[in-house]
Amino acid sequence: MQDTMLQRIANSPTYKELRSKRLRFGWMLTILVLVVYYGFITLIAFRKDILATPIGDGVMSWGIPAGFGVIVFTIVVTAIYVFRANGEYDEMTEQVKREVLK
Amino acid sequence: MNRLTQAGRSLGLAALMLMPGAVFAAGTLEGEIKQQPTNWTAIGMFAVFVVMTLFITKWAAAKTKSAADFYTAGGGITGFQNGLAIAGDYMSAASFLGISAAVMTSGFDGLIYSIGFLVGWPILTFLMAERLRNLGKFTFADVAAFRFAQTPVRVFAALSTLVVVAFYLIAQMVGAGQLIKLLFGLDYHYAVIIVGALMMVYVLFGGMTATTWVQIIKACLLLGGASFMAFMVMSHFGFSFEGLFAESVKVKSELAGAAGKTPEEAAKAGLSIMGPGSFVKDPISAISFGMALMFGTAGLPHILMRFFTVPSAKEARKSVMWATVWIGYFYLLTFIIGFGAIVFVLTNPDFLELKDGVSGLIGGNNMAAVHLAHAVGGNIFLGFISAVAFATILAVVAGLTLSGASAVSHDLYSTVFKKGKADSASELKVSRITTIALGIVAVILGIAFEKQNIAFMVSLAFAIAASANFPVLFLSLLWKGMTTRGAVIGGLIGLVSSVTLTVISPSVWEATLGHAKGSAPFPYTSPALFSMVLAFVGVWFFSITDKSRRAEEDKAGYLAQQVRSETGIGAAEASAH
Repeated sequence: MQDTMLQRIANSPTYKELRSKRLRFGWMLTILVLVVYYGFITLIAFRKDILATPIGDGVMSWGIPAGFGVIVFTIVVTAIYVFRANGEYDEMTEQVKREVLK
Repeated sequence: MNRLTQAGRSLGLAALMLMPGAVFAAGTLEGEIKQQPTNWTAIGMFAVFVVMTLFITKWAAAKTKSAADFYTAGGGITGFQNGLAIAGDYMSAASFLGISAAVMTSGFDGLIYSIGFLVGWPILTFLMAERLRNLGKFTFADVAAFRFAQTPVRVFAALSTLVVVAFYLIAQMVGAGQLIKLLFGLDYHYAVIIVGALMMVYVLFGGMTATTWVQIIKACLLLGGASFMAFMVMSHFGFSFEGLFAESVKVKSELAGAAGKTPEEAAKAGLSIMGPGSFVKDPISAISFGMALMFGTAGLPHILMRFFTVPSAKEARKSVMWATVWIGYFYLLTFIIGFGAIVFVLTNPDFLELKDGVSGLIGGNNMAAVHLAHAVGGNIFLGFISAVAFATILAVVAGLTLSGASAVSHDLYSTVFKKGKADSASELKVSRITTIALGIVAVILGIAFEKQNIAFMVSLAFAIAASANFPVLFLSLLWKGMTTRGAVIGGLIGLVSSVTLTVISPSVWEATLGHAKGSAPFPYTSPALFSMVLAFVGVWFFSITDKSRRAEEDKAGYLAQQVRSETGIGAAEASAH
């Protein structure tokens, strides 16, 4: 890539906006995943009894919905990021390309 | 009939007491396994799979002309297909049989284990997937070495790739040998040679195209088979989880009671499968192991390689999304299958045997899912699941070999020795020679490690990937201040420390090397917490103290790398010939 084009992209307001938006969103979701997963592990390490508590009168414990919840949460946050990136971020990337490559 | 069930249940109980915590160590197949009677249905089904995959290889071979075809299937894989293939790489026989066995043994603890395997995917998606696609061409070293001095970083990346691949391969080859004894009733050595030979055929002739399609077919068969088993289990309980769990707790309590426990103790033992048990011994091991699983995913060379087989960043993102969906779904299925095994396998004397005076599952706990297949689907379905389990190993081994071969031919031969001037034909020739060499090495290692306790090997592969590959890759993408010196020294620190700490941890020091119990100098299950920190600090320290001219170039190259990684402008067209 030529240096002049590189500078034009780097200075493009659309690129700057894309970059800050995507980095912020990516890191926010990353921290969310870390908090949920290590929260789950910490709960298991220090307070096993909470997850072993049965729900109502049955034998099923709170651990089951919590564990399934972490799995579903993992899939859902991944999907949210991918939908946003494949829509909004890709459109902005196309716009950067149109601005710079024309 | 009543007496029979009773007998079965007491047998099952002894099986419970035997259950080694070791299934958690890595989910690999391990221990002495007795050869079973020859199972012709399973062998026949496997033969069908092999014939089908050989036709695919023939078709793929016609399309594999250039190095790009060989490494990345010419970039012609869609996101959905690639997602299935990635899921296939991840859903190994060890995780199918090992996790369902872990759930059968200790219920909820098995779920904790599988969650650890899943949570690395979103991180990989948010911070790395599209950058990898935009920067890389054939191997993850293309990305890690993008703005650095090629030779040192490539040599490091190739070394660490080969180490990860070697440990992963040994685990798979030994697993294949044990499985064939159990499932087909054939000799250990047959398995190792069959896997080595077939894998060489797929990779040599069909390259990435064949490897990917073998993986996709296997993933569909495995997901289909596991869905059927989970469906049959759930339909027995009118699709009520409470019903399934209540019956499982009842079975476990009765087994404990039959073993002479007081009614209170028995009830407690039964309910214990509903909550966390002994899996998480100390918080440090738990967090360390969690880190190895989470970040190891983002550093496994045979997984990273798959990001270069799709045509664009958009498809790369779709790949990880689909991979996450299928892997998550698969772990939900194995959880149901594990509970199904409690209800249908532990209570059925047909699946239990006396061994050295104690009783257990025929073939060991890892047979939980296989016996359940027999219980819910009869002989034919048993053959089907056995064939799929074996096919799984074959497909994973092919992917591993391909990534090892590309590290040698693309990183070492083409970039380091030929300084990037190798033509596609000679590079392709080197990858094929390496494939043959790796195939032979894999067979030899598989035979050499037959009697070894290899439970630690998959977790070691994850720990190295998390401690050597991941820090270098991650920081090279996101930290401008990183330099060649930091990458190489930091990466090597991660590689050496993760291997060393594993060797002096209980799973190798005591279980494999035979030192006294409690004598291991490093007391935790996984080294990742320590070796990852060492690697990150190493990269940071040796980068900021680097005042060389090369360091200036490394930092100056960041902007170009950043723009390309974020916009895809100038990215390699994987399909370009």
